[in-house]
Amino acid sequence: MRYPFPVGTVDFIQGDEAIARAAILAGCRFYAGYPITPASEIFEAMSIYMPLVDGVSIQMEDEIGSIAAVVGASWAGAKSMTATSGPGFSLMMENLGYAIMTETPLVLVNVQRSGPSTGQPTLAAQGDLMQAIWGTHGDHSLIVLAPATVQEAFDMTIKAFNLAEKYRTPVILLTDAEVGHMRERVYAPHPDELELIYRKLPANEEEAKYPFGDIHGDLVPPMPVFGKGHHTYVTGLTHDEKGRPKTVESEIHEKLLKRIVEKIEKNKKDIVDYEGYGLEDAEIVIIGFGIVTRSAMRAVKELRKKGIKAGLLKLNVLWPFDFELIERIAEKAGKIYVVEMNLGQLYHMVKEGANGKVPVELIPKIGGEIHTPKEIIERIKDNLR
Amino acid sequence: MRKEVLIGGFGGQGVILSSVILGRAAAVYEGLYSVQTQAYGPQSRGGASKAEVVISDELIDYPKALNPDYAVLLSQQAYEKYLSLVKEGGIVIVEKDLIPNRNEELEKNFRVHAIPFTKLAEESTGLSLTMNILTLGFLVKLTGIVSEEAIEKAVLDSIPKGTEHLNLKALKKGFELGEKALKGEL
Amino acid sequence: MYLKSSYEIRDKYLRKDMLPTIFCPGCGIGAVLQYTLRAIDDLELNQDEVVWVSGIGCSSRVPGYVNFDGLHTTHGRALAFATGIKMANPDLKVIAFMGDGDAAAIGGNHLIHAIRRNLDITVILINNFTYGMTGGQVAPTTPKGLRGTTAPYGSFENPFDIAELAVAAGANYVARWSVFNYLQGINSIKKALQKEGFTLVEFLSPCPISFGRRNKLKTAPELIKWYQKLSVPISKAKEMSPEELEGKVIIGEFTDRDRPSLVKEYEAYKKRAKKAMGWEE
Repeated sequence: MRYPFPVGTVDFIQGDEAIARAAILAGCRFYAGYPITPASEIFEAMSIYMPLVDGVSIQMEDEIGSIAAVVGASWAGAKSMTATSGPGFSLMMENLGYAIMTETPLVLVNVQRSGPSTGQPTLAAQGDLMQAIWGTHGDHSLIVLAPATVQEAFDMTIKAFNLAEKYRTPVILLTDAEVGHMRERVYAPHPDELELIYRKLPANEEEAKYPFGDIHGDLVPPMPVFGKGHHTYVTGLTHDEKGRPKTVESEIHEKLLKRIVEKIEKNKKDIVDYEGYGLEDAEIVIIGFGIVTRSAMRAVKELRKKGIKAGLLKLNVLWPFDFELIERIAEKAGKIYVVEMNLGQLYHMVKEGANGKVPVELIPKIGGEIHTPKEIIERIKDNLR
Repeated sequence: MRKEVLIGGFGGQGVILSSVILGRAAAVYEGLYSVQTQAYGPQSRGGASKAEVVISDELIDYPKALNPDYAVLLSQQAYEKYLSLVKEGGIVIVEKDLIPNRNEELEKNFRVHAIPFTKLAEESTGLSLTMNILTLGFLVKLTGIVSEEAIEKAVLDSIPKGTEHLNLKALKKGFELGEKALKGEL
Repeated sequence: MYLKSSYEIRDKYLRKDMLPTIFCPGCGIGAVLQYTLRAIDDLELNQDEVVWVSGIGCSSRVPGYVNFDGLHTTHGRALAFATGIKMANPDLKVIAFMGDGDAAAIGGNHLIHAIRRNLDITVILINNFTYGMTGGQVAPTTPKGLRGTTAPYGSFENPFDIAELAVAAGANYVARWSVFNYLQGINSIKKALQKEGFTLVEFLSPCPISFGRRNKLKTAPELIKWYQKLSVPISKAKEMSPEELEGKVIIGEFTDRDRPSLVKEYEAYKKRAKKAMGWEE
């Protein structure tokens, strides 16, 4: 297989470009999108690469159509992806729900910018966290990953595809304009170094009869993709294990939704990922995700130089959320700070996790600039005075 | 070893490209970590243009330039906006002809090199457009932030085919000037 | 043309565990479904390679009743989903079953762009001039002056002519019939299924419960008479003045051409890309 970009070597590229390359390496062969700042570079890179690797990259009429086409392609057997930012992300909520309900593997990248509405198109924000987790209507679950560096954008894109295929679910890669546009050193592995996961297909005709049944006891049904003679019917209506609409039977609805939620929740250990720095003895713990953890990391180092026992918890997976981890940290720490580029979203989840065991304080910032380490340090030192 | 570089000028001077080339030289050809960021939005079209490169031998946490060790200032506006950010004792490279109003008092805090890069580029390659590459050569020679070989390879990776000769000529002219500056001959 | 018994068609193509359908007495969707299945049967299409796609509405329930792969999607979006299916696996033949509200209102933009791209798909469009499933609200196709629950004094908007819209947007094949033109209908679907690119067969289809009831068209005979009065064959329409055609719906074949389809264009595009990169001669 020939790749239209260097593999097995180091390159210096934008986060958006890294996401596109990683998707191709992960086996993505269908991309549909709509131009939007600051995610267009992903689409543009896909437009260059896809026809060269016999994949498809197509510009749809809007973001509703983009994610719809991605769902269709996934049922036709292709690993599929779309990328967008705030306004387009809002439009995608409809069919994100469809993808969850129909257990369709796909990767949705949100290169966050400031909102609401058109907001600050070129500037970074982290205001879509709650929308990523809860934006589509109804009870549901899905997976949300958050990279802080271009290398992580690359690695997490591959992970996103693996998780999507493994758990038959949409996975959101929640990045931002800062990571998307910055250029940084990236190691792109050779395809032989990668461990790729492909969706479980039905082993036989009997299995194919239950596209939405927990027939293996692992909560993830095999996916009978189209064109294989399975005659699978897929609907966004509440359906039974065979996929037949059952719209008034409450026990069928409950069984379906509980499984969709539990297949994520019960595999939390496998999905959740975080990094800690100085947590062993930290009296002050900063918690964050994505780009701001780089400011926080610097702040922690500086605080430690000054003899203040600070630590950092960088969350790489935002859903499923490891509330127990936060509680364990709350039991040891004297104070938790949540650093995020919004007016308080992760803050509420951390507070719930901390369970009243330790004070939790928010260090918010909006307007497009990431926190400087100094801003974080000053705030913490002010409180110590 | 964390080094921060700030390059400021106006649209069309090749500010962004030179920052990308510098970051690339460090990451791809020196085995270092590097991050390049730039100002987007209306300010990146026609008007002011600013880019930053952070280079380090370890993972880079905060990706922006807080107190640049080196600043390349190519317009009056960039000079006024960014000079005060430079670290005390830092190296400041100034486009002499484009920055007529200088703050001598403030400049005392830095090692300032004021050179008419645009004019020199025009003279050595016949194309004022090569000014950014010439300036990059000067910066590299003067600071040793990356090797001459690394920056040369990164330049060749990043410029349009057919312009290799011109750009290498500009780069070498920059090295030459840097050499002179090091010897105190400028 | 030899007509198999409808029992034979039913047993061969319908999922028995999904019956009965949700369709009301006098509804035209079942008839159009039968025409489509007869066309598939006549053409001996491989059941394993045909995918049915739909959005939301009465007619969108059809993929659930037929024993094929099927994707019953969100309101108006069927053609966007279909774009992904067809482009990811061009070996599949894709049929979209759509209603007029689904296709021309909430899905209007997807419709015109799927046609503009000349997506390889056959759209079977059930036009009953109303939102049947939700109880008879007016649609973008409701003839001016006729009533729905959201225009109880008679629609005050101009209706869309979906077939003309499809022709203007660039479809390869467009025909419109009423459900009572069964032979023409089957033949048009057969033609559409055999072509590359975007093909659309629209059926004027009765909805006595949600639409007829409010417009003095409660019974099947009343509706048949009304459709006869309403529809004008395209050959006859050519000799009529715009004044005479006011309030009429033209039926017949609107276009039959062979512009290059999306799948073909993308194949050529891939070659162009590889050539541009020097990967291929």
